[in-house]
Amino acid sequence: MAFVKRYLIPRLISYILVIFLGITAVFFIPRFTPSDPVHRTIAQLMSRGTYLDPASMEAMVEDLQELYGLEGSLLQQYGAFWKRTFTGDFGVSFFQFPTPVSELIRTALPWTAGLLLWTTMLSWVFGNIVGALAGYFSRSRWSKALDTLAMVVRPLPYYIFAFALLILFAFVVRWFPIAGGTAIGRLPAFTWTYIWDVLWHAFLPALSLVVLGGAIWFQTMKLIVQNVNAEDFVQYAKLGGVREGRIVSRYIMRNAMLPQITGLALSLGQILSGALITEIVFSYPGVGTLLFNAITSGDYNLIMGITALSILGVTTAILVIDLLYPLFDPRVRFR
Amino acid sequence: MRVLRDLFKDYRFALSFLVLWFLLIMAVLSAFSPYDPLIWFHGPPNLKPSVTYFLGTSAKGQDIFWQATYAVRNSLIISVIAGAVSRVFAVLVGMIAGYRGRGTDRVLMFFTDTLLVMPLFLIIVMLALLVRERMTLVNLGLLLAFFGWAWDARVIRSQILSLREREFTKTAVLSGTGTLKLVLKEYLPFATPLIFSTLINNMAWAIGMEMTLAILGLTDINIPTLGTMLHWAISKQALFLGQWNWLLTPVVLSVLLFIALYWLSVSISEYLDPRTRVQRVGGK
Repeated sequence: MAFVKRYLIPRLISYILVIFLGITAVFFIPRFTPSDPVHRTIAQLMSRGTYLDPASMEAMVEDLQELYGLEGSLLQQYGAFWKRTFTGDFGVSFFQFPTPVSELIRTALPWTAGLLLWTTMLSWVFGNIVGALAGYFSRSRWSKALDTLAMVVRPLPYYIFAFALLILFAFVVRWFPIAGGTAIGRLPAFTWTYIWDVLWHAFLPALSLVVLGGAIWFQTMKLIVQNVNAEDFVQYAKLGGVREGRIVSRYIMRNAMLPQITGLALSLGQILSGALITEIVFSYPGVGTLLFNAITSGDYNLIMGITALSILGVTTAILVIDLLYPLFDPRVRFR
Repeated sequence: MRVLRDLFKDYRFALSFLVLWFLLIMAVLSAFSPYDPLIWFHGPPNLKPSVTYFLGTSAKGQDIFWQATYAVRNSLIISVIAGAVSRVFAVLVGMIAGYRGRGTDRVLMFFTDTLLVMPLFLIIVMLALLVRERMTLVNLGLLLAFFGWAWDARVIRSQILSLREREFTKTAVLSGTGTLKLVLKEYLPFATPLIFSTLINNMAWAIGMEMTLAILGLTDINIPTLGTMLHWAISKQALFLGQWNWLLTPVVLSVLLFIALYWLSVSISEYLDPRTRVQRVGGK
């Protein structure tokens, strides 16, 4: 019971509070800014030469307010927004007019989840293993070489790195496709050609994410392992003749992994932000591209829908990792 | 001066110091530019590098070299505003949370953590979209400052937490030093190097953010920055026209800037950590 009270309940409370604050921010930010989406939409129509008489203008304002969830007092709107969040119904999109926002998200989500989730995990595993080995053999030449490489790659902003990869491998030497999730016009089918096509298109975006993400994990893991390696209990195990493989995996890795698990939770939080840039650079058909189109066309329903869902998804992922954490760290379990 | 001499023994520090001076001189050169950066077609478009146009001209008919001086200057201005203002938040929150502890700490850290787990980039994008018309350099800097302090506040807090446990804190408190004086006079000197290294990281983050927002077209794309230069080069098809001089100028400058800032912060923080310092300086 002490575990539930001291570990579980504070986390559940902060989970709920963070979601509450996040959704509230998503609701209020557009409302505190001076621009009015309804008048903006109408102004856009007018500037394209549409003529509206006062009566139909009035009707249009009302319709738009309903579609944007802007009818009633601020409090009523706020309540309605929560209802929208929980039912997953964010109204219709404006940039692909009658299609509901939820449906647009549903078609785009598998692409993003497939690419981002998978590469985030892969770079974590890869960076940690290589980092741990480099930290353990920190005097060797390959370890120093990798360290220098990481020092150069690490500070590059993702956009520049991805863009350079794209130009190099898709434009200068044309090994990989320059854009898209599959070849144009290919229909989804459960065949080898289709799966191969998807993988081939995903390779460059995945590579950019794994290398840049992996470099960060590599550096932190190497540093932590170097520190753990200098601890007395590791020296003792070495003197006691414990096999080296066992020291690395059971003594060092096990201890060094703990902060990295928390780091994984935080990096899952950045997935959707990452998706936006990745998918724009590689014109990948996921949520990021959808969001970009929503931004450029001023599609408020779609933007709020994606942001609200991503807050829900991210906080839930972090909660799950937090709840799994005691499995890795016995000290939390027995405190 | 001893400190500087020791720092220069690290090749990373020396290199990044040189690169930053180079970029700073470029930024200062913008004051002597013969062209107004906002005017298009003061020269013929799409020229290769030549004697009159040192780095060629863009499809907008602007001299790329002089445009780049403005870009470096403006990117640096944004990052300095964002870095300096967010330092105020980070230092205040970090110090108060670290020193007061208990309830104050918990409340402040709750807000900090909330800011950390939120998809900040999406929220910044949403805000940028809404205030795009008023996106001056200062406003962009302030917007980034408002969101860029959370992690650093945590770092500073943990430093203060460890200082609070030291002997001299008790001595100071028992001899009647006030909280404000204690924090400003005793803790700040310890925390200053740390604050400086978070400042550098934050500046790099702000420049990266600006570039990403600019490439998405969410800032005022008429003001030349490293991001907007790249934005124009991409949207005017510099890649397919073979205008490498135009495309590569902002890319190379920003890569130099990022690596220099990162190496500077790494070498300074390694210098601050006595264990690694002994290794490098040679056990003095």
